[in-house]
Amino acid sequence: MKRLLAIGIFIITVVLVGISWFTSGGLARQRMYSAQTPEEAVRLMVSQVQAHNWDAAYSRLANRGEVDKAAFVRDLAGSNGSLLTYANLESFDVWGLHQTNQDAIFRAKLHYSTAVGPLETFRDLKVEHDGNTWKVFWPTTRLPKLAPQVIPVNYLRWDVINRGAQDDWGVQNVDNPQVRIISMNALQRPDSVVLVGEIVNEDTIPAYVNVSATLLGPDGNEVAQEGSFDKISHTLLPKQVSPYRIDFPGMRMDKIKSVRMDAKAMLIAASADPVIEVGQQHIETDALNKKVLRGQLVNQSGQIVNIPHVIASYYDGNGKVIWVSDGYVDQELLPQIPVSFGLDVPDDVAKNVQNYHVVVNYYENNNS
Amino acid sequence: MRALISVSLLLSFVLTTALWSAELKVPPQVTAGNAFSISGAGSGQGTFYLIGPAESIKRQVDLANDIQIQSEEVEHVGRYTAITCGGDQCSSGHFYVHAAAPDRLGLIVHPSRVPVSNPNAISAVVFVFDDFHNLVLVPQSVKLTVTPTAGSSISESRNTQNGVTWVRLNSAPKGGPAKIEAAIGKASEIRVVQQVASDACNLQMKSSWMSGKLVIETNPVRDCTGNFVPDGTIVSFTKTDADGKTTVDVPLKKGIAKVEMPVSGQAHITVASGVVTGNELNVSGGR
Repeated sequence: MKRLLAIGIFIITVVLVGISWFTSGGLARQRMYSAQTPEEAVRLMVSQVQAHNWDAAYSRLANRGEVDKAAFVRDLAGSNGSLLTYANLESFDVWGLHQTNQDAIFRAKLHYSTAVGPLETFRDLKVEHDGNTWKVFWPTTRLPKLAPQVIPVNYLRWDVINRGAQDDWGVQNVDNPQVRIISMNALQRPDSVVLVGEIVNEDTIPAYVNVSATLLGPDGNEVAQEGSFDKISHTLLPKQVSPYRIDFPGMRMDKIKSVRMDAKAMLIAASADPVIEVGQQHIETDALNKKVLRGQLVNQSGQIVNIPHVIASYYDGNGKVIWVSDGYVDQELLPQIPVSFGLDVPDDVAKNVQNYHVVVNYYENNNS
Repeated sequence: MRALISVSLLLSFVLTTALWSAELKVPPQVTAGNAFSISGAGSGQGTFYLIGPAESIKRQVDLANDIQIQSEEVEHVGRYTAITCGGDQCSSGHFYVHAAAPDRLGLIVHPSRVPVSNPNAISAVVFVFDDFHNLVLVPQSVKLTVTPTAGSSISESRNTQNGVTWVRLNSAPKGGPAKIEAAIGKASEIRVVQQVASDACNLQMKSSWMSGKLVIETNPVRDCTGNFVPDGTIVSFTKTDADGKTTVDVPLKKGIAKVEMPVSGQAHITVASGVVTGNELNVSGGR
């Protein structure tokens, strides 16, 4: 009797474990691990990336012979203090673009959470049937390598010595730089009021600028106040122009009588280096049928730019700023190596765009 | 709080007593930082109070002798009240401390940078103080000297009113530091105003080919009065060709902005610095 009871308990335990494994998605997981469909292959590989299980992710590649593991990791986790090194792959979406019995193309949308906010990147991945499983072809991106050389940099650098705390009253200080807002345009967007425009440093020294705006209601009272935050290039060298954008979420234009703009400038130590070329700028329609301003950044200096930040202002036929968009580039800028960027342009804005101006802001590990 | 109440009560008592007391013989006017004495106001031991604009003093004195006021006890300009109390009687007197001879200057010059050829762009305000930081209200003659980068100094004397005098100056047509000096007696103060070039004027660029790349450089960038625009000033080059648009913000180096750009097909190139635009170039590329 005792033996029967023990056997019964054992059988019940095994059944319960089996049920819990099944209900927790074990069967599906097992199926995915074996990657019997191209979508499973892509999902499995990306989920291994998400778990930072680089060996397992790399083992899912069909073209391991062509792709260096270090380059694969660098491609997904960043390097040289780039934005991806401060990012975490939060989630991903995968959907098919094309599929046959032998191969398929799937698009993976990777949702990163980064130090500067959410970042989405797309990867079109070729998947190949290999025996009884599917494997992913990782696009080989061989970065051109710059020959060892010395790049002389002799651009200006400005340092600031301010008035000391022990100086007597009336001792002269260094004045803050003169900056000027050269344009401002208030726009009604579906869910917000947006102020866009440009600001110029009119002085002969660098300025750290910030633009804020206060919306005033019909009774003259303050309705809302916002700043440009990171939708501006804060460090402006002499005569440099930066776009700015200030968003007022949930506001309606008909509730506003006027806007009070405030441009603040501070003296800041800065360097004229690095110079970043913004080339091949053009507006195109991407695979998702959205308008995108694309281009290439080329770091003309000898030092690495860790996190580039691209800000663009768009003008209509009258030269009026009608939109400002920005985006962080997830790759670092190595010297002389072009890196692509893309900025979303709303469809209703894109049809009126006649010209655009792109500036590059940047953050460096040792000098932001 | 308790201390404050005690001091207030003491002062009230002292002042009330003073109102009913005899007049103390004090000099009507004293110069700041000068020691002096007050004639004795009775006999025996008593208490002496000196209440000034910045401090109050209390000490035991012999009322039969002169009361010595030390120089550091009357450094601040203003009305002072001296009170002596002995037995059940108090005497008081008032005197005024005036600023001593001018010894220091406060010179405020604004701005620290100014574009050239700007009328009334520089203001210099002079405050005359004595050795104890008291504003000297008696009119004084202050010598103001402006030394431009090139050329000789210009001097002018100005009388202060209520301790202050000021002057407005035009910025010179030539850039560079201008020295502004205010002097009175042995005291002098110097400030420097940087006169900087204005916006670029007649911004011109030219192009040449080097190793298959188009090299674009500006002529030396000057303002409308011929001053070199400072190095580090951003010049924006924009090229539009078959590949799209390319912009490069280049800082001036030795007065010139220079950039290399690949060109495919016909290219249209523009140049600007701030809100100033320059000439345009049309180039056929691919050499």
